[in-house]
Amino acid sequence: MAAPSSVESLKTKCYDTPVANKGGIRLSIMGKVSINIALISYLAASVEYFVFLAYRKPIVQTLAGFTVALGLVFHTMTIGIRSSQTGHGPYTTSFEVALFLAWMIVVIYFLTEWKYKIKDLGSFVIPLVFLILLYSMFLSKDSVSPVTQTDARFWLTLHRSLSVIGYAAFALAFGAGIMYLIQEKQVKSKKLGIMYFRMPSLEALDNLNDKVIGVGFPLFTLGFLTGSIWSEKAHQAFFSWNIEKTWPLMAVWLIYGVMFFGRMLVGLRGKKAAQGSIIGFVSIMFTYFLHI
Amino acid sequence: MAEPNLVMVGVNHKTTPVEIRERLAFTRGKIEDSIEKLNGFPEIVENIIISTCNRVEIYARVTEIERGTHLLKWFICDYHGLSLEELDRYFYCYKNQQTIEHLFRVSSSLDSMVLGESQILGQVKDAYHLARTMRSTGVLLNQLFEKAFNVAKKVREETGIAESAVSISSAAVELARKIFEDLADRTIMLVGTGEMAELAAKHLISYGIKTVYVVSRTYERAAGLAKTLNGCALAFDQFERELHRADIVISSTASPKFVMGREMVEKAIHKRKNKPMFLIDIAVPRDIEPEVNNLENVYLYDIDDLQTVVNANLRERHKEAEQALRIVQSEVFKFESWIESLDAVPTIVELRNRAEEIRKKEVQKVLGKLGHLSDEDKNAIHYLTMSIINKILHKPTVNLKEKTQAQDGHVYLKAIRHLFHLDDK
Repeated sequence: MAAPSSVESLKTKCYDTPVANKGGIRLSIMGKVSINIALISYLAASVEYFVFLAYRKPIVQTLAGFTVALGLVFHTMTIGIRSSQTGHGPYTTSFEVALFLAWMIVVIYFLTEWKYKIKDLGSFVIPLVFLILLYSMFLSKDSVSPVTQTDARFWLTLHRSLSVIGYAAFALAFGAGIMYLIQEKQVKSKKLGIMYFRMPSLEALDNLNDKVIGVGFPLFTLGFLTGSIWSEKAHQAFFSWNIEKTWPLMAVWLIYGVMFFGRMLVGLRGKKAAQGSIIGFVSIMFTYFLHI
Repeated sequence: MAEPNLVMVGVNHKTTPVEIRERLAFTRGKIEDSIEKLNGFPEIVENIIISTCNRVEIYARVTEIERGTHLLKWFICDYHGLSLEELDRYFYCYKNQQTIEHLFRVSSSLDSMVLGESQILGQVKDAYHLARTMRSTGVLLNQLFEKAFNVAKKVREETGIAESAVSISSAAVELARKIFEDLADRTIMLVGTGEMAELAAKHLISYGIKTVYVVSRTYERAAGLAKTLNGCALAFDQFERELHRADIVISSTASPKFVMGREMVEKAIHKRKNKPMFLIDIAVPRDIEPEVNNLENVYLYDIDDLQTVVNANLRERHKEAEQALRIVQSEVFKFESWIESLDAVPTIVELRNRAEEIRKKEVQKVLGKLGHLSDEDKNAIHYLTMSIINKILHKPTVNLKEKTQAQDGHVYLKAIRHLFHLDDK
């Protein structure tokens, strides 16, 4: 991506809730109930995954899987309720984006769990989901007036969906990265603790990192591009742009870009890839808070 | 089965030196013969012989514990032409509950020389199946051994007793499997042709490694080992150039200096685009510069490192054994209550008491109304009612005693207790 166009595209990211519609729709009682059930389920599942990590009882792992699934059902319900209230998908306000991101992480988590069967990944991913959802509870539930121009709305939908899938993939890479560093430290230092037996092989974790970034980075980049198209369409309508708010996002894009191309071209893998995934995700958090 | 009369006598690696054990061992052909002989003793109802290089044990149900125990000890010695007086001190003997606990510990590998090793369970299973085909087992030993296999499985699943590697070559394999996900497509390179290296290589190859290179200063030696490992030999001067092909390197040369330095490995890892390498240095003096471990994606273990891993794992197994022992104890308790449930006597006594109670009550009622009867007549009524009850209960009593000796005996007991309301008075 050429520099000017990426800067352009960043503009779309740095606005937050545009013109808040005072007295707009709030989350209904049903929505509140279901989001709370989802939240409690994720908390319970996190605890269960930690118990599994410590005590290795297969039944606890199964239980944790079901608890996450329960959380996902209510989480999906919350999104459904919210969308039917607002009349558009969950990508307009900070609250909606956090809700959507947490949901996407769980979906991708289930996909990777099903495909790669990495035990204990849940212990490192589901607590993150819980924290993101918990954080969303403190955000304003007010909705904003929907974007009226239909083609701008199309690009916004695409932009937000692609970016959220990208972020969710990066969240998985973050979890796998932490696991990699724990395992790598043990094998390297020759001090093999309980975690050595618990954790999967370094290669399995590095492969997971490769796969999720391999999918996440192109989608995230597409999210950039569609975002800039949207900003083009809706340019006059709203948002202000300033450089302080955009450079961290650029940094995020660069970090994952280096990892994506680095692995292909110069064999950037293993510990560096794991560290990169952690730094990248922390930068995403940082960027997110800077936006608000 | 008021008393199960379950006994076990045996010797093992803890009580008896190998010179004695080997003389007492029942080799494959001898076991069949011995079981047949044991079947011939009226004192021995059921028997199973376990004979491995670390233990010789006979489990049996006998008619009388003291006699049975002595008979078994005598048999083990006599069969091998040895005198019991001389060897008596080596034997350990258990009865009933102790026997159950001992078998559960043996099959769960808690009594093994290497705690948690998996071989013993297979040996116990073989012994059991052989005894079954020889028809030397009955309800009690069948149930006991089947239970022992369950307990062993449970211990294996719920504790980490068999989780970690406790030999140098298995520790190397375990590490390889924590670095690489699948060993099948890996390439292994042996530098030097030491015996330990060969052993470790064979262990790794058993996990599916297909490509093997062997390097040695003398090409013939390399070629010879390459042949046995189904690999290909490399001349020593080629080795540096080809090092990057190896995912796993096992080095065991007799060289007094380092064979691989940091620079050489650094070049190889660069050529591999940072794909991880696992270097195992089992040579003394060492072949690989220790500094190499500081390279990223390179994992170097020397013989001492592997030994440390093994020691740590053994300690870990001892810790897990405590947890395993708790499982064993609770299973022993469960098995004992199963044995108790086989006991027909209390049920028969209760059944008869219940009948007698009813008889007395009803007779009293009638006699109260028939005040004019003489004592003789009254006694006649008593005798009559008693004999009716005895006649009615005779067959069920005999059958119950007999049925409880069969595999599903407890079902009959349960049915009787249920039909006659013996449990909810």
